[in-house]
Amino acid sequence: MAHAYTPGLRVTDHAVIRRERRLPLKGDVLVALGAEVAADTVVARTELPGNVQTVNVAARLSLDPARVPDALRVPVGTAVRKGEVIAEGKSLFGLVRQHAIAPSDGTIESVSPVTGQLILREPPIPVDIDAYVRGVVAEVLPGEGVVVEAMGALMQGIFGVGGETFGTLRIVSPSPDEELTAEQLTEAHRGCVVVGGAYVSHRTLMHAKELGVAAVVVGGFDDRDLRELLGRDLGVAITGAEDLGLTLVLTEGFGRIRMAERTRRLLDAHEGEQASVSGATQIRAGVMRPEIVIPRASTTAGDRRSAPASLGIEVGSLLRVIREPYFGRIARVVDLPSELQPLETEARVRVMTVEFADDHARAVVPRANVELIED
Amino acid sequence: METSPIDPQSIRSILATDCGSTTTKAILIEKRDDTYRLIVRGEAPTTVEAPFEDVTRGVLNAVREVEELAGRKILEGDHIITPQTGNEGVDLYVSTSSAGGGLQMMVSGLVLQMTGESAQRAALGAGAIVMDVIALNDGRRPHEKIRRLRQLRPDMILLSGGTDGGDVRRVCEMGEILLAADPKARLGAGYQLPVIYAGNKDAASVIRETLGARTALSVVPNLRPTMERENLGPARDAIHELFMEHVMAHAPGYKKLMTWSPVPIMPTPGAVGIIIETIARRDNLAVVGVDIGGATTDVFSVFQEVFNRTVSANLGMSYSVSNVMAEAGLENILRWVPFAVDEVDLRNRVKNKMIRPTTIPQSLEDLVIEQAIAREALRLAFEQHKSLAVGLKGIQSERTISDIMTQSETGGTLVSLLDLGLLVGSGGVLSHAPRRVQAALMMIDAFLPEGLTHLAVDSIFMAPQLGVLSTVHEEAASQVFVRDCLVRLGAVLAPIGTGKPGQPCLTVEVSAPGAISVTMQVPFGELALVPLPEQGTARLIARPERGFDLGAGKGKALETEVTGGVVGLILDARGRRPFALPDDPAARIERLRAWNRALDLYAREV
Repeated sequence: MAHAYTPGLRVTDHAVIRRERRLPLKGDVLVALGAEVAADTVVARTELPGNVQTVNVAARLSLDPARVPDALRVPVGTAVRKGEVIAEGKSLFGLVRQHAIAPSDGTIESVSPVTGQLILREPPIPVDIDAYVRGVVAEVLPGEGVVVEAMGALMQGIFGVGGETFGTLRIVSPSPDEELTAEQLTEAHRGCVVVGGAYVSHRTLMHAKELGVAAVVVGGFDDRDLRELLGRDLGVAITGAEDLGLTLVLTEGFGRIRMAERTRRLLDAHEGEQASVSGATQIRAGVMRPEIVIPRASTTAGDRRSAPASLGIEVGSLLRVIREPYFGRIARVVDLPSELQPLETEARVRVMTVEFADDHARAVVPRANVELIED
Repeated sequence: METSPIDPQSIRSILATDCGSTTTKAILIEKRDDTYRLIVRGEAPTTVEAPFEDVTRGVLNAVREVEELAGRKILEGDHIITPQTGNEGVDLYVSTSSAGGGLQMMVSGLVLQMTGESAQRAALGAGAIVMDVIALNDGRRPHEKIRRLRQLRPDMILLSGGTDGGDVRRVCEMGEILLAADPKARLGAGYQLPVIYAGNKDAASVIRETLGARTALSVVPNLRPTMERENLGPARDAIHELFMEHVMAHAPGYKKLMTWSPVPIMPTPGAVGIIIETIARRDNLAVVGVDIGGATTDVFSVFQEVFNRTVSANLGMSYSVSNVMAEAGLENILRWVPFAVDEVDLRNRVKNKMIRPTTIPQSLEDLVIEQAIAREALRLAFEQHKSLAVGLKGIQSERTISDIMTQSETGGTLVSLLDLGLLVGSGGVLSHAPRRVQAALMMIDAFLPEGLTHLAVDSIFMAPQLGVLSTVHEEAASQVFVRDCLVRLGAVLAPIGTGKPGQPCLTVEVSAPGAISVTMQVPFGELALVPLPEQGTARLIARPERGFDLGAGKGKALETEVTGGVVGLILDARGRRPFALPDDPAARIERLRAWNRALDLYAREV
């Protein structure tokens, strides 16, 4: 085996991006097939049934449950306001009138002669689904939503937290190996997708949140800070539903890791453009990665797909070591011996000799511990 | 399993693969001089994920490595040549699979603490990760539940709720929420999400009407027929069945793989279970087997002739490694590490292993940390197993009102560490441990066996392949298992009891034919190693001090045969019930280093 495989993250300037936008319940699709939509265009809307409140009318009015339907002042199906009398009973030979009142605005849905309970349905809750990415409605799912198609840049991160958002892309850290600091962030970054370099701390992230930054894209982040951010240790990597106030996308991993050159170059090239970002990650079979999508202004431009990256590693390949003791270092392959070689652990594995980009020192690393990066 | 038309006599060569969640392993078995032997083994990363999304790519890569190493042709393009012609191809191809990262489920009930909890227990018992429990009273509005169902993309949903004869309408409401969510399965479009209904039987017909057309619905008996009674068996069986039929069958490329083999692809835990049951039956022993993988850890046991299997779907060394840290806690992992570790650094290492699951330790320190995590994953998986391997095969448990109040298990656990005769380890971190003694100590630290317990590992992790092979060619599977697969490590002798460090605890005398007999005294708090012959047995006389028990009673001597192995007899006088490590970090590190030296655990001191 003269080559090695690495998990492929898509980083391309020319992708066709299709995103399904579905309502949680059947509703109305508000855009037509072929319509151009912005990221914040509401594409579908529905009303979710409101919460249910129960009123124990029988107990309230000291009535036999069977008599409760007759005690209603308004028929089933009627809309009522909070505080309105919905049922009335008389006691003490008709001298004392007792009332049951609506605990909230809503519609009387049902009343049970068995339990004497009245069900009041609160007003429906409107739910809007936006387009998330600027593009064209490529498909309409009747009553459910649409598929939005866009062309442009797509960068998958390796891990993220927080849901979908969008904003203007702002490059903040001048170089891909710098930390994004709180001091670099200003009011001007409100609503923006902020790009840092190798690292962001929890403190900076909290500052970004206070400023109203929509998303932060960096190379690495500490797991300790992730625990702080989520309020728990993340066990199984399924994210995207957190309500964090901002979305975080890591392009490289945990710790302080220089953002890959190609990713950073692509982000640099789109400074000032609108980016849609999702932190949703699921690391398991059927993997889902966080993403940064930058649709092109014109959606009619042809899809110039870049040639897929070579998946094999050979002598001369540029790579990054992804495990200690050389974690995060960039190197070039100088030799791929085919025989198994012993490591310090005494395990005999397939290895490669690499030369590091920074100090030109050479080292032997297991083939399993590198990933290909593109020049 | 169906009988296969394979004629065992005609089989000269066998190719067997196991598609794990991280690595696909291939072995080549050939008949030489009337005996089946392992010839070579190859492996390659499993290719269920993008950019490949086809499990067969990984199989082909692993087989290509076998071809290279064996120096013979097995593949013609992307096909396995069968039968063998001259020196090309193989007569039989079989495979197992756990690719797919375990079973991930959502469960629902009416009341979170009642049917919701029963449903959760049923799913956990079937080996699933329960991603979320949805109940009418879980505090979420319907659309929030719907959003959650869509977002999580579960492999399967277990819908329960209501006791038989109870509320129908609200059960149907849950069905309607599910229908509205129309959740998509995670492994590829184009197949219906499996849904099991195990709720109020009176609502079954309405549920059928609601969900029958839109999901792959199975209706089974209510898992909580009355408040006082739980009936989890039918739901668990349905989960296993649907996992095979739907989830695994839709793992990318799986359909193609099925056409390559005349034998049904077996799930890895099922195949390993066959092997463990066979050993227990053959040697008339209480056996525990553990297979620690990247996403899951499976524990198998045979006690009192009752076979039990649990799948801890969220404990593993790669995809699930971060969950091991979350569940065990950082302190529990660090207690096994004989040097100071920066917490921030360790946390990042673990998460990076999770997001890049195929990396391996390069430095000795990294290996030690990985083995520390493995101890905790094994310990947690065994705890889960003990709580599920209870009376009545753990299938059906009657619960009374008082059980509900205390949430206690109905039957006591069948697992008795004192009765345990053989502990078998399998899976990368155990099978590939650079020194066999490392695998032995990982298992001892995690399981804390008592009295005399034999230890073995699956040499290069081929129990799954041999398990499936044994269903069609028992002879070949058994020959390879004994000669090439099972590596006997020796045994561990651990007295029950506790004392002061340094006080006399145990004296042993070991004599083997043709060897000088060895007598050794081990004070409390120490580990020691007595060599044993690699083949055959030795005579062991062990005398515990007063207050210590080897199974014959406190202070009573144990005289027995002990089967040899490559590691020897480990004398573990560190105490049981409880086993405790020093609280003081410096004292703990000093102890760990002393134990490592006693067993010559690593190439240098760490």
